[in-house]
Amino acid sequence: MAKKITKKKVVKKVTKKKVTSKINNEPALRTVPSDSNKAGKRDQKTSVKLSKMANGIVKAVHSDKEPEMDVPIRAASNTNWNAKKGILEMGDSVGTRQLFNLGQARKFMQTLLHGKSVDELLVADKTLSLRGMFYKSLHTIEGTKEKTFDDQTESDGILEDLEVSLGSLREELHIFAKKRGTMVGNITVVDNGDEINCKKMGSGGYAIPSICEPEVIQFKNVKADFILHVEKDTVWQRFNEDRFWEKHNCILTEGSGQPTRGVRRMLHRLNKEHKLPVYCLLDCDPWGHYIYSVIKQGSISLAFESSRLAIPDAKYLGIRSIDFERCGLSDDVKISLNDRDIKRAKQIAAYPWFEKNKQWQKEIKQMLNNGFKMEVESLITKDISYVTEEYVPARLKAKDWLG
Amino acid sequence: MAKKSSTKSRANAETMAAKQRDISVSEFFAKNRHLLGFDNPRKALLTTVKEAVDNALDACEEASILPAIEVKIEEISPPPATSKPGRYRVTITDNGPGIVRKQVENIFGRLLYGSKFHRLKMSRGQQGIGISAAGMYGLMTTGKPMVITTRPHKNKPAHHLELAMDTTKNKPEVTVDIETDDFPEGTGTRVSIEMEAKFFRGKGSVETYLEQTGISNPHCEITFIPPDKAGENPDLAEAKDSVEADAQGIVRTQEYSDRIVYPRTVDQLPPETEEIKPHPYGVELGTFLTMLNKTNEKQLAGFFKHEFCRVPPSVVKEVTNTASSKDKTITSATRISTMDSKAGEKVYNALQNAKLRSPPTDCLSPIGVKQMLAGLLKGVKAEFYTASTRKPSVYRGNPFQIEAAIAFGGDLPGDQQARVIRYANRVPLLHQQSACSSFKSVIDTSWKNYGMQQPRGGVPVGPLVVMIHMASVWVPFTSESKDAIADYDEIRKEMSLALQECGRKLGQYIRRRQRMKRDAQKRDVFERYIGEISKACNYLTGTDTQELYDALLRQAKAKTEIADAQLDDEGNFVKDSAGKLAKADDVIILDSAIPDDTNDDGSVAESKPVVKKKRVSKTTKKKRTSKKTSKKAASGLFGG
Repeated sequence: MAKKITKKKVVKKVTKKKVTSKINNEPALRTVPSDSNKAGKRDQKTSVKLSKMANGIVKAVHSDKEPEMDVPIRAASNTNWNAKKGILEMGDSVGTRQLFNLGQARKFMQTLLHGKSVDELLVADKTLSLRGMFYKSLHTIEGTKEKTFDDQTESDGILEDLEVSLGSLREELHIFAKKRGTMVGNITVVDNGDEINCKKMGSGGYAIPSICEPEVIQFKNVKADFILHVEKDTVWQRFNEDRFWEKHNCILTEGSGQPTRGVRRMLHRLNKEHKLPVYCLLDCDPWGHYIYSVIKQGSISLAFESSRLAIPDAKYLGIRSIDFERCGLSDDVKISLNDRDIKRAKQIAAYPWFEKNKQWQKEIKQMLNNGFKMEVESLITKDISYVTEEYVPARLKAKDWLG
Repeated sequence: MAKKSSTKSRANAETMAAKQRDISVSEFFAKNRHLLGFDNPRKALLTTVKEAVDNALDACEEASILPAIEVKIEEISPPPATSKPGRYRVTITDNGPGIVRKQVENIFGRLLYGSKFHRLKMSRGQQGIGISAAGMYGLMTTGKPMVITTRPHKNKPAHHLELAMDTTKNKPEVTVDIETDDFPEGTGTRVSIEMEAKFFRGKGSVETYLEQTGISNPHCEITFIPPDKAGENPDLAEAKDSVEADAQGIVRTQEYSDRIVYPRTVDQLPPETEEIKPHPYGVELGTFLTMLNKTNEKQLAGFFKHEFCRVPPSVVKEVTNTASSKDKTITSATRISTMDSKAGEKVYNALQNAKLRSPPTDCLSPIGVKQMLAGLLKGVKAEFYTASTRKPSVYRGNPFQIEAAIAFGGDLPGDQQARVIRYANRVPLLHQQSACSSFKSVIDTSWKNYGMQQPRGGVPVGPLVVMIHMASVWVPFTSESKDAIADYDEIRKEMSLALQECGRKLGQYIRRRQRMKRDAQKRDVFERYIGEISKACNYLTGTDTQELYDALLRQAKAKTEIADAQLDDEGNFVKDSAGKLAKADDVIILDSAIPDDTNDDGSVAESKPVVKKKRVSKTTKKKRTSKKTSKKAASGLFGG
């Protein structure tokens, strides 16, 4: 307790100075442990950003102005397609979040609460999951029955807002997401100092952590030739059991549907740092197409991170709409498209990054003409290992993919 | 058979002539009582009370007496079955001028006898058919004569008369005529009629009628003793004789164990009305010719001058010129005896086409905005009241004036259709609502513009009472039972305008109330978050929590100041709030309008000290002394 109070005193002094002499990179930054390492400095920077945000509000209030904060808009309207880089980028539109606006008051408060929680994390030099953050900032507002957050979704959105408005990545806020995605292959990963040989991961594979920054994850012995990314765990199991990665000297990853930032960051780094081509094996439906789109050029809600996540030269290996005939599949594997699928497919076809891609236009058109979708598992009807022994090797050999 | 009847005619002119004779008015009534409002036992009771009260009020006002009326209904024998009428005695006592002995029979015993029919003057009763018809109805259904007690002179004993009626001769028969002292002090009249009737409550009942009469006549006091309360001994009942104001200082209708009192809330009599001569536009040809025949004037000039209003000599000249022809020259000096019906018609037509000034309007006595508000305040528990009196206007040469008032919110049921209460010359109209011009004008008004719900072609839905009053020297009723005002364009237009005037004020109020509610909610939201925000900011920047909290609270209050508009204003129960609405004296807004806000304020005040407490534990002693005010506030908590 006593310690905390003294800490607070320090805080006060520093901030007062900061107010007077704006950006003064004094060693000051107080509470955050100032190890001279990279991570420590980064945390300091984040902390400064946070107190700057709060200071702006305090100053505004005391000079009788409306307290507000700028939050870049995370929406399709504020997302630009950078054709040159081949990625989605966030635009410059910034929304103001005001306290004295009925629709924004609660979010305003939540943003500040999370700001406080993040700062506490920085001070303690610990990380929390998204769910952990939800609990960290969760309490009942004094004198009412209202909770600061109704559910985790509300909290997650605020955290993303905080990321963009501070211009800090989630990692820099000491927040991580649930692990999702698995990896196996001819590579050794150093994770937080522990060497992990991904060739010896048994049937389970190496769980890709949520934070794949160089500070945490380093690569060693990258001997694989390429990466095969499959949509889900079940397909990945098939490939792992058949030791596909061994036969073809590759890294086999899986994202459990829409890949998380951790998985995408991992793929991105392997692709950028070690020039490993990325091939995706996804379902033949609009959702599979969109997964590919996100891996390739980034998503709308995380457009601000595209440059760190997107892999513009990722390839789409299958399942292709022509595969029904090409592989001679039976009618049983057809899953007819519903209205939502059709609508979504048309939406995807209209995305600027697909719009001028003739191959993709043809692919989506073909799928719509077929009137059905297909899952990767549909190839199992041919043979249990058809996908690992015939389909993927044949596609790779023929360099038959969509880009 | 057929042959037989064809040869022998059933009747000829002679035999028929033998059967043709005079029909006395009384006899006509006996057979056509529905025309006068005695169609069924339920309505009979109401009509009786209505006629007696109307007469009492008219008499009191003419004699400049503040009316105090007691209506007592006693059950002689209850209805033997639900479908059959019971026997009741209705007694109405007023404090009016009383009636001179020799006039009693005429007034109560003869149909179509009265002072009101022959003149154009605004009064409640018009045809003088009412009270005597009630007496006749009583006589017919029970055989009991009407009992009248009246004291025209303060210091002399009262007359007690019992009156039966010869229906064939339209002539009263006095069965008892004595002098009595059994009458309250001062002048006044008591009428007691025993009749077959049915007592009930609710829509179209005596109670409703008296309630509405109380609203339109805030200067009168009405005591109602219904049959279920008539048995109570007034001496044993609550000794509260004086009507007391409620917590808000409003004198409202009071219900005691033995009676209901509709109190007097205005101590001024309505201004006396002037009698006027007919206006030519309001006279039909037949009437005109009759007037021409009956007049005592010798020349046309005099005829126009004394029998009509608004016909100056210049107009007479113009009219006579137009009416003249080669055969007959008519001038203002033309002798009336020389006028035949043809010439009369010509003059009449010329007169109708002449440009005449509107009739004088000082003959009208509107209730008045203040009085309507006082009346509604007494009878309707709402939160918002507004009223509007239109300028006098004219239909068919009859001056009239429309008034409207609205009560909104409060205890009124919010999910039902609005209640429309209609008046003609201060008399409530209880039946044939949908046939009435005033009701139609309520439907035609688009209440949606004023923030109310309104189904297509219907009355608005919501906590609303709409009051419409038509004052006129001659109210055009659709029938003799005087239940609905006829639909004249001029009247409808005025009604719509009056309703719109009130509606605009209501809309303003509703919108303001919504804004206040919204702002109160807003403030609630803001205040909820301010504490959290100042704490987070304190953590991130080290700024003083309480200081920031106070600054934010100030801003929040400033942003939502409308919510305070009515809370800050201390004072009377009838509260004037800020803004345009309040300055107008045709609007009353009660304090209870926004009770929620005060509660909200309370809860906020409670949550405040908690923040203070925390601050104290965080800040150093030195700092606290530097801020006197916050120290004071915190010291209590800190010391404890």
